[in-house]
Amino acid sequence: MLPFTYSRPRNIGEAATAGAQPGTEFIAGGTDLLPLLKEGVRRANRLVDINDLPLGGIRHEAAGVRLGALTRMSDAADDERLRRDYPAVVEALLAGASPQLRNLATVGGNLLQHTRCLYFHDAAMPCNKRQPGSGCPAWDGQNRGNAILGGSRACIATHASDLAVALVALEARVVLGARHGEREVPLADFHRLPGDTPQIETVLEPGEVITAIFVPAAPYSRRSTYVKLRDRASFEWALTSAAAALDLAGDTIRQARVAVGGVATKPWRLPKVEEALAGARADRSIFHAAAELAAQGAEPRQFNAFKVELMKRAIVRALADAGSLA
Amino acid sequence: MSGSVGQPIDRVDGPAKVGGKARYAADFRPSGVVYGAIVTAAIAKGRIAALDTTAAEAIPGVISVIHHGNAPQLAYAPMDPRPIVDPKTGEALRVFQNDQVLFAGQPIALVVAEEPEQAIQAAALVRASYAVGNAASDFSHASLEARPPEESRHPGGKPGALRRGDADAAFAAATRRVDASYEQPAEFHCAIELHGTIARWDHDHLTLWDKTQWVDNDRTEMAHVFGIPDDNVRVISPFVGGAFGSALRSWPHVAAAALASLLVNRPVELVLTRRQQFSSVGYRPRTVQRVRLGADDNGRLTAVIHEAVAQTSAYEEYAEMVIEPPAMLYSTPTLRADYRLAPMNVNTPCPMRAPGIVTGTLALELAMDELAEACDLDPLRLRLLNYAERDENKNLPWSSKSLRQCYAIGAERFGWSRRPSAPASRRDGHWLVGYGMASAVYPAHRAPATAHAELRADGTASVTSAASDMGPGTYTSMTQVAADELGLPINAVQFELGDSLMPPAPVHGGSMTMASVGSAVQAACRALRAKALDLEHPNRLPQDRGAMQQAYARLLARHRLDCLTAETEAMPDDAAGRFSMYAFGAVFAEVRVDAELGEIRVPRLLGVYAAGRIVNPKTARSQCIGGMVGGLGMALTERGQWDDRFGKIMNASLADYLVPVNADVQSIEALFVPEEDPWVNPLGVKGVGEIALVGVAPAILNAIHNATGRRIRSLPATLEKVMGC
Repeated sequence: MLPFTYSRPRNIGEAATAGAQPGTEFIAGGTDLLPLLKEGVRRANRLVDINDLPLGGIRHEAAGVRLGALTRMSDAADDERLRRDYPAVVEALLAGASPQLRNLATVGGNLLQHTRCLYFHDAAMPCNKRQPGSGCPAWDGQNRGNAILGGSRACIATHASDLAVALVALEARVVLGARHGEREVPLADFHRLPGDTPQIETVLEPGEVITAIFVPAAPYSRRSTYVKLRDRASFEWALTSAAAALDLAGDTIRQARVAVGGVATKPWRLPKVEEALAGARADRSIFHAAAELAAQGAEPRQFNAFKVELMKRAIVRALADAGSLA
Repeated sequence: MSGSVGQPIDRVDGPAKVGGKARYAADFRPSGVVYGAIVTAAIAKGRIAALDTTAAEAIPGVISVIHHGNAPQLAYAPMDPRPIVDPKTGEALRVFQNDQVLFAGQPIALVVAEEPEQAIQAAALVRASYAVGNAASDFSHASLEARPPEESRHPGGKPGALRRGDADAAFAAATRRVDASYEQPAEFHCAIELHGTIARWDHDHLTLWDKTQWVDNDRTEMAHVFGIPDDNVRVISPFVGGAFGSALRSWPHVAAAALASLLVNRPVELVLTRRQQFSSVGYRPRTVQRVRLGADDNGRLTAVIHEAVAQTSAYEEYAEMVIEPPAMLYSTPTLRADYRLAPMNVNTPCPMRAPGIVTGTLALELAMDELAEACDLDPLRLRLLNYAERDENKNLPWSSKSLRQCYAIGAERFGWSRRPSAPASRRDGHWLVGYGMASAVYPAHRAPATAHAELRADGTASVTSAASDMGPGTYTSMTQVAADELGLPINAVQFELGDSLMPPAPVHGGSMTMASVGSAVQAACRALRAKALDLEHPNRLPQDRGAMQQAYARLLARHRLDCLTAETEAMPDDAAGRFSMYAFGAVFAEVRVDAELGEIRVPRLLGVYAAGRIVNPKTARSQCIGGMVGGLGMALTERGQWDDRFGKIMNASLADYLVPVNADVQSIEALFVPEEDPWVNPLGVKGVGEIALVGVAPAILNAIHNATGRRIRSLPATLEKVMGC
């Protein structure tokens, strides 16, 4: 752990200026960053605490819901309208971390949490994400938790967020604030594939912060669900998860949204699965056939090959659960 | 004895713990204390070619960087005999005494600084270069070289082989057979209190505040390391925040802290990081067991063949009693059990709750479930058919054995008769439901112990022994025994432990603290009461506990005494040579497995134990359900994820080494069968600390088979194994 300076700006402009300095990390809830700093996995000379920025609050509008980036996970999970109108989002929030951590962690920070790859977390190990060019020992190592989708030879680290999976299924957008205003990016385009530069994880520019998450109200939002599979019943990241949302006309699927987590290097939307479902009957055989398409392009490694089958089954379960929602 | 023993007394140290007043090793703050941080080896075998400490020394606040290049040669005088907690073969790791690297994570330097953050920052800046050797990191490969423990060749050493009759011939002739291999990964204690030591020298006297389960041995070990008399070392350890065996030995970091304090002439505090716990203190060794069971058509065992291979380090042989359960848990005319050790470039394993016994019982109880299927018998019926009426291993009668009652009560309470008779035959929505059971066993040990008891002028009593309380409730149970012997209420008795200046106590392990220290407390208090009675006619002492304190106070005043004391050593008698002494139990589990997704949940766990007298049903139940939660972790989540290439555990954190959380634990209950054992020790106790872990994992895995039809033979039983993909 390096010595660091600490500042607590009052507005986005100050925060963006401070955050653009090399060696700077923004800190909000700190539930992800502090352990990483202590173990020397992340190294920062400056911490810019953004908790005083006016980025809290949940605002429901006709077009959707806007979650301020500093909204605590527990506050979002307790929001009755969010639970009613976007159940997958609340289910994903409640499936994440532990109650104590959710009281502290923010929804914006959740999207930026780091991977659980074992090699990333051991600062003595090579890791292209932590130390570009040093290699990827997970490729031939303990890779049970690693990705089967979206990886590269340089990195197969899984994106760890549950929330992001539900949000990407519901076509959420992130609002990014900088010194000179804001821009909006679809969450699906916010995280980057590792390629040859796994250390660059998002499209955030230096100094840029997530200010809000906007989830559009869509015909499928209310009929959405999140299924998470893990080794213990709580306080554990997903081995595989699936978010599904259905817009039904009787038992015909008008449109569907499906995304998976725990299996990919970023929150992973499955357009081919969605296309196969659109216009089809909402029944298990259709769900099974559509879920088969999820594994296209999957590249399993030694200890994570089971995720190919598990992912399909999780998708079927999520679709079945969503289909049976009132 | 009547009174508080047998009553569910609240923990006497509960308010101190809840209120943050209980002080653990690293909570002490000797004046002028400075802080250490360890630098660990990045390779699994070889030699340190160069160590560059320049950058580390430039960090503000750094006082010293200690390593093999500048550390003095320490005495490391051999201990003869070796303490029971140390391996019998090999040499313990000596800190900073040479350039050899024997395992990844080995301490190679220690930074001492004014503040802990400075030490941690500087430790990360120490640069080591190595001449890399050829490490033995592959367990399968090392197993080919496995050999019986050297200590098995000496009297009292743990056996490498047990034989009765011709088991191989009997197995070949058996009409019902099971032949299966079971793999258990390395498991880690993961106590919440990190291992930590504060060392302070006052001239040639060393004081250690240490996390330890045995202050006396810690004192003696450190005296030998530094070549000073035992009396020059004092070890203080009033509270231990969980240990499960990890604090039995004195690990290298204890010597490192003391060495650093000597060199910087300040008290030094050294607390290992969570990651360092996985390589600086021991763990349960990875063990593979092949079990062959032969039976006749009626399900009577005719042969037990049990072959175990466990990892050990390249510099010590850590051996356990893996092959004891197959030799004594069931009646069998023939037995061949072999136990071998595979040396690897790892740090030395160590006892972890029910060492060896839990491992051997796991394989045996999984195989018994398979045999029940092969014999088309109810698993509980099979166990009753092969009930051991005496210890066929030691050829001795049991001092007491109430396993039949455990089976009967457990089966009745659990509803065993409603077990699905065929695997994968019961479904509840998405869930497949199954029941499983297993036997549990752990030896009842006892060792010499001494206690000091004192009546004070106000009529209250103080009792001391250099014991430990890593969580089971030693403070409380000893207070109960003392209060009953002295006829005092609980709140008039103060029991103190955890200081090597106190009368000697044996190691706080092996489930023998109550048997050993409890017997000493009982004897000392009995002697003290006799002294009081010598001074006073018995008729003048009241029967009522409330009045006794005043009576003692009046007595001391009348005789112009400040206090009245007695100190007694309680020694085991020869009963252990005439009887075989074990606690027994039966564990029942209900498991639900998601038929499509493989997720495993354990809605019900029941353990029924016959462990002699239960001094405090409340703390004993706590201890048992805690052990059962440990068994749940062993069954479903716990494992070191080893990387052969680097020779290290990769999931060395509480985020990645998964122990159960509250949400994993649903209905869990521990019951005790009343059992009187006149032979084990004067208190009639057998201890429950270790047996509570035994049998849980096999009961759960057997239930998984009942639920799904799938045999899981390697721990933990994770979702992909249950799904078979």
